[in-house]
Amino acid sequence: MITAAALAALATACAVGSWRFTTARWTSRAPRLAIIVWQSLGVAWGLATTGAMLAYAVQPYGTGVLPGLIAFAHGEPPLHAWDALHVLALIAGLTSLAVLVVVLLAAGVQALRARRRHRMLLALISHDDPGVPGVRVLAHPSAAAYCVPGLRSQVVVSEGALKLLSEDELAAVLAHEAAHVRERHDLVLLPFAALRRALPWSKVVSDAQGQVELLIEMAADDRARRYCSPRRLATALLRFGTAGAMPTPHGMLGLHAHNVMARVDRLIKPAPELAVSVRYGYIALSVILLTTAPYLWVIQL
Amino acid sequence: MDILWAESTALTAREVGRLIADRDLAPTTVMTVLDRLTRKGFLHRTRDGRAWRYQPAETRDAYIAELMLEALDLTGDRSAALTRFAQAVSGPEAEILRKALTELEDE
Repeated sequence: MITAAALAALATACAVGSWRFTTARWTSRAPRLAIIVWQSLGVAWGLATTGAMLAYAVQPYGTGVLPGLIAFAHGEPPLHAWDALHVLALIAGLTSLAVLVVVLLAAGVQALRARRRHRMLLALISHDDPGVPGVRVLAHPSAAAYCVPGLRSQVVVSEGALKLLSEDELAAVLAHEAAHVRERHDLVLLPFAALRRALPWSKVVSDAQGQVELLIEMAADDRARRYCSPRRLATALLRFGTAGAMPTPHGMLGLHAHNVMARVDRLIKPAPELAVSVRYGYIALSVILLTTAPYLWVIQL
Repeated sequence: MDILWAESTALTAREVGRLIADRDLAPTTVMTVLDRLTRKGFLHRTRDGRAWRYQPAETRDAYIAELMLEALDLTGDRSAALTRFAQAVSGPEAEILRKALTELEDE
């Protein structure tokens, strides 16, 4: 009972923490740290929520969640008889665990499929440009620059983007994309996109996904600025933002403009780094979150 | 693919092979490639006597538009398949960005 209560408390803490964290202001000063905190919040929340239900369910065995589930899977008789509430908790717990796993896998497979088709089409219709070696060029007047992540990642720019940007700005954009490729930011995004699909009504989850999307862009900006002038990256960003040649069918514009300005601001006027004590505080928090939830799965309080 | 896009009519593998004159390809190679593209859905083929006639499923521009829609995140599903550099904005917000851009350029 205590384990179930502790897991429920942890799940609630993670949910409330995520909700508070969506409005945290320090994240743009340490995007990588913020991404880690988001990831640990997500993992701990998932384990704690399903764990709380399962811990209550396997109570008749008088062991922890994992040993209890193993005993159940082996068909061992519990110490106390099952009652309706425990059976209900077992069904709910196993279902939500299955939903989380399946949604994550489905999102992965779907992303892989979309990328494969994208890559095939790129091979058929994109061309090389001697001016930008190693980059695929799409013959389209709109401005776009992106990367197709994977084991063999490809960076793609459109002819519109080549026309729009100066040479230095293009180099800055390519450095930014190379950072995405190098740090495999697509893998960071995937679980959040999957979770959003699993819980489409949750504002916290969609805010979290938006935050993480912005944070990986900032992390890539940070890496890119080591190789190019931050000012050129900022002007490239603004040029992209104002080159709205394609009509946008859905109402996400406010957020995009805000995000572009947030990235430009921190490139031009970098805020002081986060204090070391604060940094270590958040790292400790992440470690605690990432260890507590699995620990509570294994032991019985 | 480029050759098929350039021609308005459906072509047989032999005709495609003849049009790729600059490269000396075996007819079977051409056939294999065309067959593979058909299976992936990029070509349609119709029977013509003993040979197949191939035709692109979509125009080149349609495919480019498809990639660009994905690239600019206009498909609306916000999947994590691609990472994009920046998104375009419009209306009064673009005005704010434009002002910031001129300020940066003037400095």
